Amino acid sequence: MPVVNWLKRHLVVIAGLFTLAYLLLPNVIVTVFSFNKPKGRFNYQWQQFSLDAWKQPCGVADMCNSLSLSLQIAVWATLGATVLGTMISFALVRYRFRARGAINSLIFLPMAMPEVVMAASLLTLFLNMGAQLGFWTILIAHIMFCLSFVVTAVKARVMSMDPRLEEAARDLYAGPVQTFLRVTLPIAAPGIAAGALLSFALSFDDFIITNFNAGSTVTFPMFVWGSAQRGTPVQINVIGTAMFLLAVLLVLVSMLINNRRNSQKA
Amino acid sequence: MSTLTEAPPPLAPAKSAAKPPRRRGRFTPYWLLLPGILWLVVFFALPLVYQASTSVQTGSLEEGYKVTWHFATYWNALSEYWPQFLRSIFYAAGATVLCLLLGYPLAYLIAFRAGRWRNLIMILVIAPFFTSFLIRTLAWKTILADNGPVVHALNSLHILDLTDFLGWTAGDRVLATPLAVVCGLTYNFLPFMILPLYTSLERIDGRLHEAAGDLYAKPSTTFRKVTFPLSMPGVVSGTLLTFIPAAGDYVNSELLGSTDTRMIGNVIQTQFLRILDYPTAAALSFILMAAILAMVTIYIRRSGTEDLV
Repeated sequence: MPVVNWLKRHLVVIAGLFTLAYLLLPNVIVTVFSFNKPKGRFNYQWQQFSLDAWKQPCGVADMCNSLSLSLQIAVWATLGATVLGTMISFALVRYRFRARGAINSLIFLPMAMPEVVMAASLLTLFLNMGAQLGFWTILIAHIMFCLSFVVTAVKARVMSMDPRLEEAARDLYAGPVQTFLRVTLPIAAPGIAAGALLSFALSFDDFIITNFNAGSTVTFPMFVWGSAQRGTPVQINVIGTAMFLLAVLLVLVSMLINNRRNSQKA
Repeated sequence: MSTLTEAPPPLAPAKSAAKPPRRRGRFTPYWLLLPGILWLVVFFALPLVYQASTSVQTGSLEEGYKVTWHFATYWNALSEYWPQFLRSIFYAAGATVLCLLLGYPLAYLIAFRAGRWRNLIMILVIAPFFTSFLIRTLAWKTILADNGPVVHALNSLHILDLTDFLGWTAGDRVLATPLAVVCGLTYNFLPFMILPLYTSLERIDGRLHEAAGDLYAKPSTTFRKVTFPLSMPGVVSGTLLTFIPAAGDYVNSELLGSTDTRMIGNVIQTQFLRILDYPTAAALSFILMAAILAMVTIYIRRSGTEDLV
């Protein structure tokens, strides 16, 4: 039975590709339905091909406002979490001091806690402080949950770094600032970039924590959530498709740059 | 207290002399840590304390709340919402098992079989992260729609009869049933399983497979005795990364389920944001946290990879 043998030999590949299809099916649907002209408020059934939504991506009231708000929050949260997280990682890898264990678990815990627990407890704090829910409370929350991911990403990179490189720089009379800017930072950069990218994606896409701490402010995920009840405009699928393509493009470009750099070295 | 018998340990100065001289200050690590750790203490740890105190308060929204050490809230919450708790654990466990079954072949494919396609497949696994997961979850509504091709196919294969019998689906529907919710959870947390699995599979030395083959191990034996045991760190962190967020999730059960599939996250969200019964909501989220911490601790002990966390 050659067919059975062939199937047996390629079982892993077939199963793996099946999973990949499962993973990408919603993206295909989102793309296809961005060209739909729906009847009624919901865009769940295929009606007719149309480019309307692509011609007017901001044709829905408030959608692009929420999108730009989400982008702003993601940028600031990424900056905040990346700076604070990088500082923590350097301290943890390069220095021995008391309370290291406690600090390590304080950093691990936010990643091991269900989001809804963090969201609810943060809301309790804000309510007790009488804080006005909105942009600032969202930003505070996003920096909080992105921080741990940045620390983990940067730590992994800094740990594999040879401290003798910095010693060599100092022996060549580089000052501490010069050593940091010209030796330490460039070597740690890929880890920091990975942490920043992860923060951006997490912050931009976060729904649960934002839903609790946003008050009446509407971020893009919250707009999508609301539209699931009120009616989903086709433009949501346009944004979804554009983000997917942009992500693929960005990763491809960064990989090409990496490849070129590596081949230059070789 | 110092006496002549308690001489200073002679090793201490020798040890510090062996270290390279530090040019930066003694307090540098603390300055580096301060802002970030302060952020986590104030906006992560302190809120948990506030929540603990809220859970033992009584009162009302109009008159204000007071700490009265009213532990009965916990008992009441548990006796009223235990079905949702149980359901959350079952759904999350089901999604985790499915993620492992689906994710392992793909991680294996990327690590050992993809060749020059490796980077492309990796991009396709990561890129959906950048499309809002809510939009993608809504797409499942279209995929699993009542008269859609998926339901049609499952129906004609009589699979829906079986799942209906098991209570996973209802009649000819998939949407608004437990199956739809578990399918959504599996989908949403699958990348969190694939990435750690891939990381630990990729570290495995390919020569070990050859060695196993040279010793006349069948491919299945090689997998069972070499590959899988060596990928255990990935399995453990992958299952944790899918189980924990899945147990607290309320998006999938809200968008793809019905009132009969409500999970504990839905209850906490409703109590907190709509009913405004803060003590009950706080107690519920504490029970969820405690239950998950307990299960995770037992699981990590059992799997024998304590150094992981």
